[in-house]
Amino acid sequence: MSSPHSLSPRLRRNLSAYGFLIGGVVCFALFSWYPMVREIIMSFQKTQLGVTSWAGLVNYRRIFNDPTFWTAWRNTLEFTLLALIFGFAVPFFVAILLNELRHAKGYLRCLVYLPVMLPPASALLLFAYFYDPTYGLFNDILHTLHLPTSQWVLSSGTRWPTAAMISVVIAATWMNMGGATLIYLAALQNIPGELYEAAELDGAGIVKKIRHITIPQTRLVISMLLLLQIIATMQMFVEAFILDGGQGVNNNTESVVYLIYQYAFAMSSASNFNSAAALGVVLLIVLAVFSGGYVWLTRTRDH
Amino acid sequence: MHRRLHGRAGYRKVAGVTVAAALGLAAVAACSSSSTTSASTASDTGHVTVGGFCAPPSSSPVPYKEWNEDVATFEKANPNITIQSIYSAQCDVPATLTAQLAAGTEPDVYETYFGDLNQALDAGQAADITQYVNSTTVPVWKDIVPSAIAPVTAGKTLYGIPIFNYTQGLVINRQLFTQAGLNPNTPPTTWAQVETDATAITKLGNGIYGYGDYSADNNGGWHFTSELDANGGAMTNAAGTTASFDTTQGMQVLNALHTLRFTDKAMSATEALGWGTLQKQMAAGKLGMYIAAPDDIYQVIVPIDGGNVNDYGMGPLPSVSGTPAGTLSGGDAYLFAKRDTPAQIEAGIKWINFQDLTLGQGQYNLARNKAVGLPVGFYEPQMFQGATGTAYTALLNKYTTINESYYSTFVNANETPDGQPADDQALYKTLDPVMLSVLTNPNANIPQLLAGATAGVNQILANSSGG
Repeated sequence: MSSPHSLSPRLRRNLSAYGFLIGGVVCFALFSWYPMVREIIMSFQKTQLGVTSWAGLVNYRRIFNDPTFWTAWRNTLEFTLLALIFGFAVPFFVAILLNELRHAKGYLRCLVYLPVMLPPASALLLFAYFYDPTYGLFNDILHTLHLPTSQWVLSSGTRWPTAAMISVVIAATWMNMGGATLIYLAALQNIPGELYEAAELDGAGIVKKIRHITIPQTRLVISMLLLLQIIATMQMFVEAFILDGGQGVNNNTESVVYLIYQYAFAMSSASNFNSAAALGVVLLIVLAVFSGGYVWLTRTRDH
Repeated sequence: MHRRLHGRAGYRKVAGVTVAAALGLAAVAACSSSSTTSASTASDTGHVTVGGFCAPPSSSPVPYKEWNEDVATFEKANPNITIQSIYSAQCDVPATLTAQLAAGTEPDVYETYFGDLNQALDAGQAADITQYVNSTTVPVWKDIVPSAIAPVTAGKTLYGIPIFNYTQGLVINRQLFTQAGLNPNTPPTTWAQVETDATAITKLGNGIYGYGDYSADNNGGWHFTSELDANGGAMTNAAGTTASFDTTQGMQVLNALHTLRFTDKAMSATEALGWGTLQKQMAAGKLGMYIAAPDDIYQVIVPIDGGNVNDYGMGPLPSVSGTPAGTLSGGDAYLFAKRDTPAQIEAGIKWINFQDLTLGQGQYNLARNKAVGLPVGFYEPQMFQGATGTAYTALLNKYTTINESYYSTFVNANETPDGQPADDQALYKTLDPVMLSVLTNPNANIPQLLAGATAGVNQILANSSGG
């Protein structure tokens, strides 16, 4: 056994750090990086009669020629955009509201976070009941108020923004906003009170305080959550899958990840796994380019 | 006969969600691993454990008890064999099976639908069992109908053993027919009659609808295929290379459904329904008619959903002419994992023969089923011809408990079984949105929907044949 003194001083200094790292690295390597590499390899292969062989760009050509490919991208972007409007702005303003409250703060924070604790499938099944065109709560309310009822997630329109996608986004926002709200709230509470006092002395109203103090002071958190939310919403799947079976009427809620799922699991053929892998790689590239560009832009600004 | 609760083309949403959520993108790659695992292996002592057989869940106490009795009897007679069962209401969930085959983690013996052999072969996970099946190991083999053996055969190689088959007809709620002033002994045979009867039933109110159909989880495309077959159409050409449903027959089916939903208002506004939903509505007395195989009644509506067996009957599939030209037909078969040892294959076949293919025992222990109060006497499965077929009919007649006249128009129609189209699940998936649109969009452009689906299906078929 060699003496610790034989190790280089730098290695010795960082030994415990490497020790801590190793668990994470092994987990990432096994469960993230290796599958990603396999996915990329698979996307250039085909499997027939148990034999896997190289297929060049066949899988990529197939997915680009699939008529639902562009529909799925269009829907995914629609969801991302609507989720930004609803899911990004709503938690921010709810956080500001919670921060301003003097009473029942803990109770309301708990209330806002509660939906996050529900398993997504349960929360979405709840909304599936709300949206049911025959027995649903929302149509019951509209009916009681003598207002026209809706097909909600089963609406057939395909023109942006579709009623179906707005319904999906409302459910997704309700389900997920608690987490973002708490993060905003934490950021808001780090803003020194003196800034607001000074602004008040200068005669600033609530809008000016938000614009000139709150937003600039929470810019870093907003920027990080924006990135995370866009990456998450581009991978929309479970929401539409439970609410309307995934595709929606006239494919108006079919997303890219749902299409991957369809290729991989619903079409029951081994060769479709390779097409699913190809579509997964395309999505990975789009998100990687977006994330890289976003990080580069925000870094430039910081400088 | 009461063992397996078949999902057919579909799968339950929650199961799908679990798979999707747990696996995600990375799983597409992870599941491709060609490594195989098996919890069941033959030991050096000659003892063999074989697993994967589809058993009723404990929530169906009577069939569950019967299954366990059968396992105990079999293991007592074959002390060197241990049978491992999968207790599930639906053993063949297509999404799960596809993932298992891709990963090589399917059970030693796995239940499949008749259309699944190609994907098992593509994944390299189906063992050749030709040499193991003969008149000694499966005495009734020569009498099994050829339409049940074809789906487990490729060329001259046998890959599986069929255990169940079905065709489809129109399940009716006789109670609702009577309440609506209709004669339940003459179920409708044309789409026009279905409209009239469904409208009358819907007028009963109280959340009751005359007709129901699927439009999610590949079940919409599955039912469209059967309705098209009945109308004299077919999903693809004979070679299975191009779509052939954008025809008058296809239009007639979709127009009939659209009229039922929006003109007659005889279908619910709640659509995007998958397998399992219409059975519940039927059991609850809220649905007048839907298309299904007879086992929906005796395996799901009565034992699981609590319906009264005397409330149901069946007619032939609706068509424009009133005489169905054909029906989608399918069934279940056990395939064997490629990694299985010869001892496991032999043990598996022995159990399947005992449980599923011997008159008087296992699923055909009709005396026991009658004694415990399970309904007996349904027309399907019709697995046998020749001497076994005659013996089966005699057995059925001896123990029948249901009123067979409730099913006479279905039985007399003697529908031609058309099997299932090539690349069936992919085709069903492509037709699901068409069905959903027809059932939810009052302004659905049916010619456009059919043209769009045709383009999609042609691409799928070109891809399967071209690799």
